[in-house]
Parts: sequence; structure tokens; C-alpha cells
Amino acid sequence: MSTTDFKRRQVVGRGIPVPGNDIDTDRIIPARFLKEVTFETMGEHAFEDAKKQNPEHPFNSPAYRGAAVLVVGQNFGCGSSREHAPQALMRWGIAAIVGGSFGEIFFGNCVMLGIPCLVASQADLEWLQKAIGREPQTPVAVDVEKQEVRFGDRAIKATVPAGPRNQLVAGTWDSTAVLLEAGAAIEATAGKLPYVKGY
Amino acid sequence: MARTLLDKVWDAHAVRTLPSGQTQLLIGLHLIHEVTTPQAFQMLKDSKLKVRMPERTFGTLDHIIPTTDQTRPYADPLAEEMAVHMIRNMKEFNLPLFDMATGKQGIVHVIGPELGLSQPGMTIACGDSHTSTHGAVGAIAFGIGTTQVRDVLATQCLSMAKPKLRQVRVDGMLSKGVYAKDVILAIINQLGVKGGVGYAYEYAGPVIDRMTMEERLTVCNMSIEGAARFGYVNPDTTTIEYLRGRQYAPAGAAFDKAATWWKSIATEPGASFEDVARLDGGAIEPMVTWGINPGMSVGVSQRIPAPESAPEADRSTFREALAHMSFQAGQPIKGAKVDVAFVGSCTNGRLSDLRIAAEVAKKGKVARSVRALIVPGSQQVAKAAEAEGLHEIFQAAGFEWRKAGCSMCLGMNPDQLVGREMSASSSNRNFIGRQGSPTGRTLLMSPAMVAAAAITGAVADVREILK
Repeated sequence: MSTTDFKRRQVVGRGIPVPGNDIDTDRIIPARFLKEVTFETMGEHAFEDAKKQNPEHPFNSPAYRGAAVLVVGQNFGCGSSREHAPQALMRWGIAAIVGGSFGEIFFGNCVMLGIPCLVASQADLEWLQKAIGREPQTPVAVDVEKQEVRFGDRAIKATVPAGPRNQLVAGTWDSTAVLLEAGAAIEATAGKLPYVKGY
Repeated sequence: MARTLLDKVWDAHAVRTLPSGQTQLLIGLHLIHEVTTPQAFQMLKDSKLKVRMPERTFGTLDHIIPTTDQTRPYADPLAEEMAVHMIRNMKEFNLPLFDMATGKQGIVHVIGPELGLSQPGMTIACGDSHTSTHGAVGAIAFGIGTTQVRDVLATQCLSMAKPKLRQVRVDGMLSKGVYAKDVILAIINQLGVKGGVGYAYEYAGPVIDRMTMEERLTVCNMSIEGAARFGYVNPDTTTIEYLRGRQYAPAGAAFDKAATWWKSIATEPGASFEDVARLDGGAIEPMVTWGINPGMSVGVSQRIPAPESAPEADRSTFREALAHMSFQAGQPIKGAKVDVAFVGSCTNGRLSDLRIAAEVAKKGKVARSVRALIVPGSQQVAKAAEAEGLHEIFQAAGFEWRKAGCSMCLGMNPDQLVGREMSASSSNRNFIGRQGSPTGRTLLMSPAMVAAAAITGAVADVREILK
């Protein structure tokens, strides 16, 4: 992969709306599917129980197959820290998420995977979910750099805090290399802590 | 300017400001378990990276552990595979593992404080959202994902943004039969399950000040259920006395020096917060959740609210909750039939929780229609409880006395709800499917209330039983 592959200035793809608030990570992927030592099969289990219980669930609908932009409500991804949740969505095909607010651990996990999560107003989200429902084939452009989401001829405001935005746009969201750059400053910081250096 | 504990701990652990504007934060204690780490170790191996500070990571087995027969290999081959990977990875990277043979195995958030690993002034991370528990000792402790576990292993650091700080004050005095679990359920009910997005919570006020460390652990544990990534209580005499003599706490003269430092990192008088939330502790009743998130709760004497009482945006979730639970708006929560009673988890699986549940268990026998489990939070909790004879009290009353693990909190082991069973649970989440059955139902409450429900066969007011 070239370094440019890491840059997430913009994600363009078909949309999939999952309405409702407080959709937790247990709902995205139930705990019994976490008994795996890799993330490889996670995509198959995205929303598995919700899909079984509700034939109308968007993840069941052929109209949304191949979608890349998930449009959700408030507090999406709350609850468990399981990275299996964004891994499942990513492996299903989701490359960006637009919502009202996000569980913070989920949001951080998404950044670590290069999945931008943008925050839009309730009114705009409802409009976007309906618009996608009417025209599932129309691409949604999630512009991380400009902080907007475009659908057809309309653009809505959608924000990402500066820190993660910079990481996504610059392609530095894969953080290990960035953190390692601190070098000896890591040990120096540790060495000043009473509980590390000894009381 | 007066500083908060968050300011002081954050600054002491800040390695540098990253180009993104976030802080590169040093992690003082890294706790790991078998479910969220195998992929992290694999990433480390793939990148040919070492563990940067192996002396700062400790592991245990908790999520997948069977609580009945623990003979290896485990009956569930997937659980066995996870255990094998954990043991192998810990050995390969030379990291300490509290496995069954050590006598110190248990839920990661129970053993951290119990062993004295979790100390005031530390930054603590673990691939588990309930890492917020450790904030009770005056630490900044939060859950992370697996890729972040890789980062902590490889760099001992995380890229983080400092949250805003809300002080949550609980004034007055709790009445009899009202416990730490009721306090945190009341807090989440008041501030909402999304209320803490972007915030950390500093718990304060006379009710928190009077709490034991185990009670504070229960409160901080559920910070994440109110969307606060972490919550803490300032270190005080209770904190210091709790840590004295624990295995990994400093000893001798070093302990006194440590205690001085611990006190010095507490929030200073006059420090300012983004905002302050207040609750009257005296007004809190034993709480019971009726819905599908931990904010959907009522006092045990109250009725299940109508969707119309909720803000417009939450009404669809309200309706979904009523449908899932098969409850009617306006129905009293008291008297709701239960099929399963579960005392345990990182929220309420400590010795004091078991003592309270045992007090209630003495008042009756588990109802014939109820399956009741007591799952200690750690091997040490189990041992201490057995030394007091608590297991005999439970068994005589018809509760099953199990071995330590996460168990039915999330049903990754054989302890699961079946079908639409209704569970009275001392755990932390009532999400749909949480306790192992996609259609299972969960009522969160204190361990005392779970024991009361077990012997009544329905949601009961423990205050009437303890009278």
C-alpha cells in the first residue's frame, strides 16, 4: 500500500440508514461471536441478532448491499469497548459513519481503523436517512476535510473534532508509528512518575 | 489556579502533544484479558515489535471462563482456543498472567484493585469498557479497543484527547436498603446514557465520601453506561487504608511516601469544572431498570414510564424497550416475574456485595421457578466468602455457588439466559441480547435486590425483606 492509501480526506459510496438511538456494540456484534482470535469472520456477524429478529433490518435489504456509508442516530456504538464492532462493520463494507453522536470508545476504535465518524444535526440525519431510503443507488460523499456530507445536490454540515480529523486527513490514524516517534521521551515521562521511579 | 485530579494526572503522563493536536499519554498500568488481546499480539508479531514496558502489563482470564467445571481443555473449543492463545502470548512476551493456578484469577476489574495494582495517580487502560472501575482509587482509567491495546503494548502510550470534567455530587445520606448500585443507576437515570459524551465524571459529595472502596468501585464501574469514558473519586483516607498491605501496593516507608503523593493529586478546593450535577442521596430508592439501556430505570416503588414522558428523540427507543421487555407503560416494576437471578460481575462481584446478598438470602429460599447464580468476582473473593461461610448460606437457600469469572454479565461462557428468560442481575448492561440469549431480558439492580427477587420470584423491595 502506498502512503496515500491511508488518507481519509473523503469517502464516497452508497449509503445505508440504521435509524434509532443508543445502538450499542452488543447489538452490532453480540458477545458470543467474540470467541475468535482474529477479526476475519466478524463481517458475517454484523447486526446478526437484529437481522434475524427483524426481516426489515437495513442490513438484510438487498437494496443496501455494497453500501459504504452508514447513517445512524444518537449515541451509536455505546457500551462495550469491543473493537469487534467497528471491525464487523468495516468487514461488511462500511468505510464511514455519519450520526448524531458516538460512544467514545467506539469512535476511537473507528479512528484507529481509518473509519471517519462524522456528527450531523438530527434534522439533517433524518433527511439523509430518508433520502438514502428513496435512492439507495445514489452515492454519499463523506468529506472529512471539508466537514460536510453530500448527497445529490445537497450538502449537510458534518463535523469531526480537529484531532481525529487531522489524523484521518493526514493518514496518520495508524498510530503506533506516530507514538513510537516520541522515542526516549516515553521513558523520560515514565521516569518522573513516583510510582515508576519508586517512592 | 486550583487544579483537578484530572489536570494533575493528565499532565504528569503527557509525553508530548501530537501533530494531530491530541496528547500522547503514557499508560502506567495496562491490564489485559483473553478476549480483546489475541489480535493485538498478532499485530505486534506481524510488525516485529516488542512490548515496550513489560513490567507494566498484567493479564488474567475472565470473560470466557466456565464457572462450573474448569478442567482443561474447556468443553467449549472456542473458549479453549482463546485461553490457549492468552497463555501462549503471555509466555512469549514474558508478561505475568493471573491464571487459575495462582489463586488470584478473576475479573480484571476486580483483581486490579484487589491486588493493589490499581493505584491513585495512575493512568490505567484495558481492552474493556468497564476499566472505568479503577477510577475509584483515584486513577484515570478507561477502556480501549484492540488496536489501542497493540499501541499500549508497543509504545506504553495512547493518543488521547483530554475530556471535559463534570463533578457529580451526591449529597445527603442514603437510606437503608439503598446501595452504591442504586446511586449509580440514579445518576445515569438523571444525566442520561448519552449525558457523559465528551466528559469524565468526578464523583464527590458526602454520600461518595462515606462510601467504602468497594462501593466506589461499583459507582465508577458504570461511568461508561452514562457515556463518560472514565470517572474517579479523589483519593482520601478510605483509599489509603484500602491499599495498605495489598500485594502490589508500596510497603513500609515507601507506603507513607506514596500516601502523601496520593493525597497531593486530589482535586484542590476551588478547582473549576465544566459543570456540576447534583443528586439528593436521601431521595434515592432501590433502583430497577425496566428497559434496554441502563438509563431506563425507576425506583422499585414506581411505575414504568410512558414513552410520551421521554423527549421526542428517545420515544422510539422507549417503545422498542417496552416491546422487548413485554412491559406496559404504567405497570409497577415491583412484582415483575423473574426466571433467573445473577449476583456477580465487575460491578457487583466483590466480597461486600456477596455479604449483602447473603443477608437477604438468609430470609428465604430461592423461588422454585428461579435459577439463581452467585459468581464471585475473583478467586480471592471466593476464598474470603467461603471463609465466612457465605457459600453455605447461599447453597442452603438454593443459590448455586460458582467459580470466579464474568459469567452471565455477557454470556460468553455457558452461563446464559435461555429464550425470553427474565433476569434479575447485579451486572451493568441490560442491552438486548447482552446475557447470551438474543431475546433474553435483563433487569439491573443491586445484589440485595437480586437476592430479594430470587427468593420472591419477582421484583421485590429489599427494604421490606430486611425490615
